[in-house]
Amino acid sequence: MTLTQQIITVGICVLATIATRFLPFLLFSSKKPTPGYIRYLGKALPAAIFGMLVVYCLKNVSILTGSHGVPELLAIAVVAALHLWKQQMLLSIAGGTVCYMLLVQLVF
Amino acid sequence: MQDIRSTKQVMAQAARLAFPYTIPIFAGFWFLGITYGIYMNVSGFSFVYPMLMSLTIFGGSLEFLAVKMLLSAFAPLQTLVMALMIQARHLFYGISMLDQFRGTGWKKVYLIFGMCDETFSINYSAKIPEDVDRGWFMFFVTLFNHFYWFSGATLGGLLGNLITFDTKGLDFVMTALFVVIFLEQWLKEKKHASSLIGVLAAAACLLLFGADSFLVPTMACILCLLTVFRKPIEKAGDFT
Repeated sequence: MTLTQQIITVGICVLATIATRFLPFLLFSSKKPTPGYIRYLGKALPAAIFGMLVVYCLKNVSILTGSHGVPELLAIAVVAALHLWKQQMLLSIAGGTVCYMLLVQLVF
Repeated sequence: MQDIRSTKQVMAQAARLAFPYTIPIFAGFWFLGITYGIYMNVSGFSFVYPMLMSLTIFGGSLEFLAVKMLLSAFAPLQTLVMALMIQARHLFYGISMLDQFRGTGWKKVYLIFGMCDETFSINYSAKIPEDVDRGWFMFFVTLFNHFYWFSGATLGGLLGNLITFDTKGLDFVMTALFVVIFLEQWLKEKKHASSLIGVLAAAACLLLFGADSFLVPTMACILCLLTVFRKPIEKAGDFT
């Protein structure tokens, strides 16, 4: 690839990202009232998105091979337990991550 | 109510409050960003590439994929389709933030530009106290995260494979972050229709379509299910 082609390739990635981030704001301007269906989606979507992002983070975990997703499952249980107990975001995240690192480095 | 504090004080307060929320992102973005920079370096690119790409694209998964694209033959149309498919989830973030970003003035453009997965999740879910300026809070969350990613990627590009990793498993910090945010959302709901739809649709599509192409079908499923079950979900009143 020439330098120009590289710049075009990166430029396309930049534009595609900007387009997906800006499009909803361009379609539903703050001057006109947002349609009821879109407002409903705005409220109902985030819970579904967070569920999707958790799965997205785990997409390369293989249940059938390797460690069968056991370290991931255990570490997620630690995150959830810590969070239900103390409700401290940083503590839950740090505790779960340290637990996961110990599991994949020492146990599995 | 007239805010008698100076802009500087308002900014400082928002920045102080925003910073702790971004600490996990700092760990995750430095780890992933440095990895990404090293990956570009060992693929034969100068540090200028990860530096500029982390600054302008600011979307982790697409940037990793862009390295592969830069190493293959020039295919602009394929690049565009792939990039749009990977980034399509931002459409959902935008729809969710239409109200939150209202009234943030000139900062809105940057808030939208820098709305990656992690920034969106923090800005959507953070409980911001009444006396803290929402716009500046979200601005600093976005700016800090952007800076972590940019500095990590640049550092990785400069150092190349000089660094040896003893940090296996550190990337789990991102999974933990989303688990916590998901859990907080879950605890807020009475019925969990939307949360369950997200997890189950994503899991089903992952099994059906595989890790590389399940996001777009997942989004379509979520949209269909939320539309079909609009009445009962609205009736459950899980959102205010």
